[in-house]
Amino acid sequence: MDHADSPQAIAPSRWSFGDLTSRSWFWPVFALALIFMVDGVVSPGFFSIRIVQGRLFGSLIDVLYRGTPTALVALGMAVVIGTKGIDLSVGAVVAIVGAVMTNLIHRDMSPPLVLALTLGTGMLCGLWNGLLVAILDIQPIIATLILMVAGRGIALLIDEGLIVTFRSDFFSAISTGEFLTVPSRIIVCAGTLLFLWLILRRTALGLFIESVGGNSAAADLAGINARLVKIGAYTLSGLCSGIAGVLICADIRGSDSNNAGLFIELDAILAVVIGGGSLAGGRFYLGLTIVGVLVIQGLTTSILVSGLPAQFNMIVKGVVVLIVLLLGSRRLRQSIVGLFRRRTS
Amino acid sequence: MRDRYLPLLATITVFVLVYAVGAVSFKYFLSTRVLGDLLTDNAFIIIAAIGETFVILSGGIDLSVGSMIGFVGVVMAHLDTLGWHPLASGALLIAFGVAFGAFQGLVIDFCEIQPFIITLAGLFLLRGACFMVSLESVPIKHPFVGVFADWHFKLGGGGRLSSSAIVMLVVLAAGVVIAHFTRFGTNVYAIGGDRPSAVLMGVPIRRTTVMIYALAGFYSALGGVVYAMYTASGYPLAGLGDELIAIAAVVLGGTLLTGGVGLVFGTLFGGLIQGLITTLVNFQGTLTSWWATIFVGVLLFIFIVAQRTIMTSTIFLRRPV
Repeated sequence: MDHADSPQAIAPSRWSFGDLTSRSWFWPVFALALIFMVDGVVSPGFFSIRIVQGRLFGSLIDVLYRGTPTALVALGMAVVIGTKGIDLSVGAVVAIVGAVMTNLIHRDMSPPLVLALTLGTGMLCGLWNGLLVAILDIQPIIATLILMVAGRGIALLIDEGLIVTFRSDFFSAISTGEFLTVPSRIIVCAGTLLFLWLILRRTALGLFIESVGGNSAAADLAGINARLVKIGAYTLSGLCSGIAGVLICADIRGSDSNNAGLFIELDAILAVVIGGGSLAGGRFYLGLTIVGVLVIQGLTTSILVSGLPAQFNMIVKGVVVLIVLLLGSRRLRQSIVGLFRRRTS
Repeated sequence: MRDRYLPLLATITVFVLVYAVGAVSFKYFLSTRVLGDLLTDNAFIIIAAIGETFVILSGGIDLSVGSMIGFVGVVMAHLDTLGWHPLASGALLIAFGVAFGAFQGLVIDFCEIQPFIITLAGLFLLRGACFMVSLESVPIKHPFVGVFADWHFKLGGGGRLSSSAIVMLVVLAAGVVIAHFTRFGTNVYAIGGDRPSAVLMGVPIRRTTVMIYALAGFYSALGGVVYAMYTASGYPLAGLGDELIAIAAVVLGGTLLTGGVGLVFGTLFGGLIQGLITTLVNFQGTLTSWWATIFVGVLLFIFIVAQRTIMTSTIFLRRPV
């Protein structure tokens, strides 16, 4: 029922505007282009990129740089949403991962080992969600709500309620450093995107995920182990939140369990939806999810460069979400078109 | 018929058990003072959770609850500086809550968009609106707030049933009546239980959906008014994350998140259990506040798994998969 797009998308062979707007990539890319265009007009030099102290510098880089944690979380979220699930616990996982990482660093472990254990923790959190959803068959919103509620408590428990700080050249290099003038966190994010694309789109795994999301029972009958696919999806989401957690935590060189990754789940879900992912499951787009993140981050940055006070941020975001949702609603589009037809005829 | 009351029974049992733990461990726990405070401190969240119960019973979800509480408080405080009477501004904001909820319901039904994502947009909009009105905590100085806070029923033993708690109990009773003794209430259960059947039976889906979210808007706005009177201030970050506490209260109250099964009355105990856990942690003294969230999480887990088991054993026998 959510694939109502397909007959129209396949039929026409020549290009028309209606054909273009029905492409999955059209609206998100259009929105992003619009935002950047407005930015370009409002702030001249928005598109200029120069190298300062051996590092790329400019508003566009800034959008990419600030968008990375959300992008990582959103990538995992896209996979989970593809299975007709949702992961509310990502923000809490970011906090847990940050607390574990800080704790391990203070035990003088070697940084790569800390990194491995930290990401393992993220995957473990994802595995827990996956088991609840796939084995106990609990609704995803509720299953992940448990970790969302308890997660920050667990993180505070590990931190003993303090904001524990640390110094680590290794983690600073990953999060705030640069590699060949490119900020390293952008490389981390691109690497994760590439990794996900390879394992999901270069194998049949992505198709499995979409078939489980489209119709879990039918996928099961077709010989796909739907449970395993779901567990895998949530574990992947846990891993992505884990990477985001490492970046966020290393950025401030400390673990702030109350605020790390707060509300990141909302931005991530939003990014997936803007990128054309359906909350009803059955389709997900990795690249367009990144476009969705850039739309959100681009908006935030435009509010800042346009000189509007920062408190406009949320309300603008809310209005944009509403517009994107309303535009995406087939029913509303049809009735508007119907209204115009009635008038003209 | 008995199945319907099983989750409620489980909730009340947990409530009594937690209370018993407190009564055994701490000298003054079993007093009307603690009970009165419990009802007062959690009144606003329980009021909001009653509205959330209707939404969840219909198979939906409302994430805009916490932002609504914050927004109502901030606007009330702002209107207070303009000389409005709290009752007048409260009434205005409750009307706004109803309208906002109705709008959300209309969009959900007309545009066929998931409630989760629409009310998420609502969350952003209202919280954003909070920041537009004020960035700081603003006191509400009208003398009526003091009158409201002082006014109470004396319970025996020094406890007080405050006006917040009374408001909560009254709207709880109203909620129970709406859910079980009106056609609208039956429609809510019908939509949540089996939507296609409800459509076939001629349940007016759009009108009911709009009314459900309008009702949720009413309850969350009222929760906001009570919270603003209780704290005598408006704070743009008030109610942050309270939608989760409200949803947790509904779940702990024995309402199934899949919709169609549950009782409004259970939500009272769902909210009180969470308050009780916080009170216990406070009484204990050496436990830190984050233990409360971990306990609530563990309880949620136990409840959800238990509900799952009850559901597979009773409902699935009746309904072919």
